[in-house]
Amino acid sequence: MIAAASNRRRSQFLESALFWAFRIGTYFVLLCATYIFLDIGIKGGRTVFTRTAPFVNLKFLSEPPQTLYVFDYQGKKMELSDREFRAWKTTHKEDVDVTSVSYSAGGIWPCIVGTALLVIGSMTLALFIGISCAIYLSEYSRDGRFIRLIRVAILNLAGVPSIVFGLFGFGLFVIFFGWNVSLLSGWFTLGLMVLPAIITASEESLRAVPQGLREGSLALGATKWQTIRKNVLPYALPGILTSSILGIARVAGETAPIMFTAAYAMRDEMPWQVSHWTNFFFQGVMALPYHIYVVSSKIPQNEYTERVQYGTAFVFLAVVMLIALTSILLRERQRRRLSW
Amino acid sequence: MVSLLEMPQTLPQQVPRQNDRPVEETESAEIMIDVRDLDFAYAGNKVLHNVSLDIPPKAVTAFIGPSGCGKTTLLRCINRMNDLIEGARITRGTIHLGGIDINAPQVDVVDLRRRVGMVFQKSNPFPKSIYENISYGLRIAGVNKRSRIDEAVEKSLRGAALWDEVKDRLDEGALGLSGGQQQRLCIARALAVEPDVVLMDEPCSALDPIATAKIEELIHELKRQYTIVIVTHNMQQAGRVSDHTGFFYLGKLIEFGPTTKIFTNPSERRTEDYITGRFG
Repeated sequence: MIAAASNRRRSQFLESALFWAFRIGTYFVLLCATYIFLDIGIKGGRTVFTRTAPFVNLKFLSEPPQTLYVFDYQGKKMELSDREFRAWKTTHKEDVDVTSVSYSAGGIWPCIVGTALLVIGSMTLALFIGISCAIYLSEYSRDGRFIRLIRVAILNLAGVPSIVFGLFGFGLFVIFFGWNVSLLSGWFTLGLMVLPAIITASEESLRAVPQGLREGSLALGATKWQTIRKNVLPYALPGILTSSILGIARVAGETAPIMFTAAYAMRDEMPWQVSHWTNFFFQGVMALPYHIYVVSSKIPQNEYTERVQYGTAFVFLAVVMLIALTSILLRERQRRRLSW
Repeated sequence: MVSLLEMPQTLPQQVPRQNDRPVEETESAEIMIDVRDLDFAYAGNKVLHNVSLDIPPKAVTAFIGPSGCGKTTLLRCINRMNDLIEGARITRGTIHLGGIDINAPQVDVVDLRRRVGMVFQKSNPFPKSIYENISYGLRIAGVNKRSRIDEAVEKSLRGAALWDEVKDRLDEGALGLSGGQQQRLCIARALAVEPDVVLMDEPCSALDPIATAKIEELIHELKRQYTIVIVTHNMQQAGRVSDHTGFFYLGKLIEFGPTTKIFTNPSERRTEDYITGRFG
């Protein structure tokens, strides 16, 4: 009796100890996430939002980065962007003691555009190749040594660090194919990087479609492709989209794969300002993660650079969330149409 | 012509005809499905042994037998549904449908399945509207004319005795229907492409008695136009709906003949034991 009671006490103690360990683990994650979001939200919010109407720092969102010039003039502290400073100089001839801070004036509009272009292009590529591959693997292929080899290859590809993808893209697309630092090189490099995740998730979504639906369709005299096209793929798409949300976040967020293949630290023209439409694909772009990297590590740090660092991080988070939200809404709409 | 031509030696060479059943007349005149000396194996594991039988047109033929006896496998051979299973194949023998060898290389499996519809054990309506479920087969066959599809939808829903229940909600999801309605929808879907043969794989196994009765009634109606082959676990059902019954045991066709004979005066001891519930 006594032994049983002490046993019960011990197991009760273990129960509550484990429960608390799990609970503390969860709270720790929550705490970290809250801290990160608050830090970026507050400090970045100061850059992105303003106290007066229209309450959003439109300049920051709509202008390219410029050098900031800081100087004292007649006892007043002046903070002028490159363009403003040159205009000021034409009217004021006197010499002033100027500190210049790179990229800390103006905004990050080209980075937003560049990141959006990189995401759209690479996800289109990765979804097209990934879904094709998943359809082949789950619907057409018969299990064999070759197919197992492909699966192992895909799994391994998923484990490759992103910097290796960057170097691979640099070697293959930038140098060997001669595409230089360009959108196209970036699309392929990023696309290849998310491909394994998309293939795996698409295959799982396809497998989750009940076999009865395939058989029902085939039994009505549908060909294999008609069955896949009309009675398998539509039901697998919500799942595929869900998985691609994570892919989007990764594509938008990785710096390593694009730093050799697609990203410029600074570029004056916008991506649509090209002499011929084919040049569109062969131009480098600015990108949000690379911009954060540049302003945080490539230029001397001071209170002015912090503004643009946090501002960019804030916008970056917002852009990724916006893309993710769009995919979620898209998925929900799909899902409502066909629930079983 | 006798339906039990070339049956295995263990079976009687001939089963007496019963002339009070009108379907018998057409049966002796023609054979819809002719299964001959069929062996079937899943990855080397033989599940059908030397099965031969003739299925008459415009009649209901039931396959009965304990689980794992190969009756569903044989059913799925008739529309080549087993092609989908890796390593599964016919190792010997033939199946002719209306005189054509369905496994001949020049036979298009898509055409075959259009002629041989199938209703599955677990009802599998597509997660689309009722209308889209019925029109699916027509659309993939290239029929796009709205008026023709409308007509076919109504006709096949009436054919499956479902029209009155769903005519006001054709655009609603098929998954909102009750289990019995879903199964009748699957029957209607199979009828919409106007097949010659309808295969039914335990169509009532997941349904309550009332829904089952409706489907059985429907099968009675359908045999005027279609050749029906039904696999069932339920012997009373086989007795109620079928004109001919084949009893399978361990991959062999033990006995095949008119249902009344199989149920009242079987030639084989094992058939009698199974039907009277002594095993199975």
